[in-house]
Amino acid sequence: MKIVVCAKFVPDATADRRFRPEDSTVDRAGVDGLLSELDEYAVETALTVKEAGDAEVTILTVGPEQAADAVKKGLQMGADAGVHVLDDAIHGSDAVATSLILSKALAKLEADLVVFGMGSTDGGMGVVPAMVSERLGLPAVTLGSEVTVEGQTVRIRRDGDTASDTIEGTLPLVLSVSDQANEPRYPSFKGIMAAKKKPVETWSLADLEIAPDQVGGASAWTEVVEVTARPPRSAGTIVTDDNGSGAAELVEFLSTNKFL
Amino acid sequence: MSNVLVLVDHTAGKVRKTTAELLTIARRLGEPVAVFIGDGVSDALPVLGQYGATKVIALTNADLTQYLVAPKAEALQQVAAKVEPAAILISSSTEGKEVAARLAVKLDSGLITDAVDVTAGDGGPVTTQSVFAGNYTVQAKVTHGTPIITVKPNAATPEAAETSPEVEEFDVTVSDAAKTARITESKPREATGRPELTEAAIIVSGGRGTGGDFGPIEAFADSLGAAVGASRAAVDSGWYPHAYQVGQTGKTVSPQLYVAAGISGAIQHRAGMQTSKTIVAVNKDEEAPIFELVDFGVVGDLHKVLPAATEEVTKRKS
Repeated sequence: MKIVVCAKFVPDATADRRFRPEDSTVDRAGVDGLLSELDEYAVETALTVKEAGDAEVTILTVGPEQAADAVKKGLQMGADAGVHVLDDAIHGSDAVATSLILSKALAKLEADLVVFGMGSTDGGMGVVPAMVSERLGLPAVTLGSEVTVEGQTVRIRRDGDTASDTIEGTLPLVLSVSDQANEPRYPSFKGIMAAKKKPVETWSLADLEIAPDQVGGASAWTEVVEVTARPPRSAGTIVTDDNGSGAAELVEFLSTNKFL
Repeated sequence: MSNVLVLVDHTAGKVRKTTAELLTIARRLGEPVAVFIGDGVSDALPVLGQYGATKVIALTNADLTQYLVAPKAEALQQVAAKVEPAAILISSSTEGKEVAARLAVKLDSGLITDAVDVTAGDGGPVTTQSVFAGNYTVQAKVTHGTPIITVKPNAATPEAAETSPEVEEFDVTVSDAAKTARITESKPREATGRPELTEAAIIVSGGRGTGGDFGPIEAFADSLGAAVGASRAAVDSGWYPHAYQVGQTGKTVSPQLYVAAGISGAIQHRAGMQTSKTIVAVNKDEEAPIFELVDFGVVGDLHKVLPAATEEVTKRKS
């Protein structure tokens, strides 16, 4: 079985994330980046499936040069190979265009099982798995908090707002997993050393038969009108509880602000 | 005026508040046409009319509810082909976003998710989104195809505008390809009697500082008529179900009042609650980053402060 994990390189959420003033895209070069934390759960899911049977795990990423780090992290965790779609024309692509690039790459890789995390930690739309499923005409079982693969059947438990559902589909399919699905492993020293010898291919848009004007900022179907930094919240009142004074002052605050 | 499609979010005809918000927003952009999928349209009709739906398109094909999102996207595509709407508005729920994603691909249209506001602009709707843990506000618009926008709960205050919409039954066909992922079992979550987390006006959340005891959190929430939330630390420790997690990997909330008790305020959590109108924190650690966000903070033990506050609130309310 060929498993492909779609992984995204994102700016570190604990760093000072910002936009590029010239085109209002996320600044991915000027800040530290890494494999989106939520994609680690997808890598772990793929590795677990692989260890239970016979499978090959490929990490697929679309992004600028530094995005190779996201592939590397996946390889260090235990994936077998990497593919990095790298092309200047990709810069500024929206979710619809990204899903096109991923779909073409997944078709070329002949993936049986495509695994996504629940969303990226930067854009955070969480729509790309559904778009890829739509483009490839494959079933999608999304946001699994528990995943089992038995033969050709993939079954997940999804903890929704009103119910806990069991959802299943038949391979080939698109799967996304939540951060409840597992505990992603840390790369071992052996894993880090082994990763250096694993094959990583770099593909251009031409390799995927995508015209440059189908993707990128200029042909995005959405446009940012304005980006505004949120003004810092003005400092509030802080009191220290002294034998019940804290509760009294808290209730007084709630009452003054008409929350009671 | 042009039509604006609103996908109705409901359970067996009981319309959720988010739909009233969507209809209110739709009126800014054109004439709201509600698309109702499933059973119970007659129960939903009064509410849809109250918030200004000029027409209700009812889809009752059983395939639409037995399978996951793909058939719903196919149905909306067929409705859109007939109605030619100026925009399509969908709730920013898990299902809503997936329907919107598929629809965007089908209609070759731009998609904007998680809007916290939508206004009419010169070239179509202009959306406002809150990004990077609420540190930035982005205004955007769709430049290609039919604007498809998913809207977060509380993005608008529902305003009544009484109409008497007619119901139009609409036949859709669902392809076999859309019927490939299925729900084989569904266990409804036990009702808590509290407001829904993403729709609540007041939320009281607990974190690591609860030590696993959510009793004081729930009691204080109930005295205020609030929903209960939890930080990732509390959920990961198994103290509270994941469905109630507020933060980057849980729900993003924007209530009138957010009370964080025993929550340090890591970026993970901030991402989910930073846009709340008023923020209150109770924490033993005066250095906790959550205090940088608050309008009012109490440095103290939540196990003492919350029960005393609960008692006082209950007394004042009675």
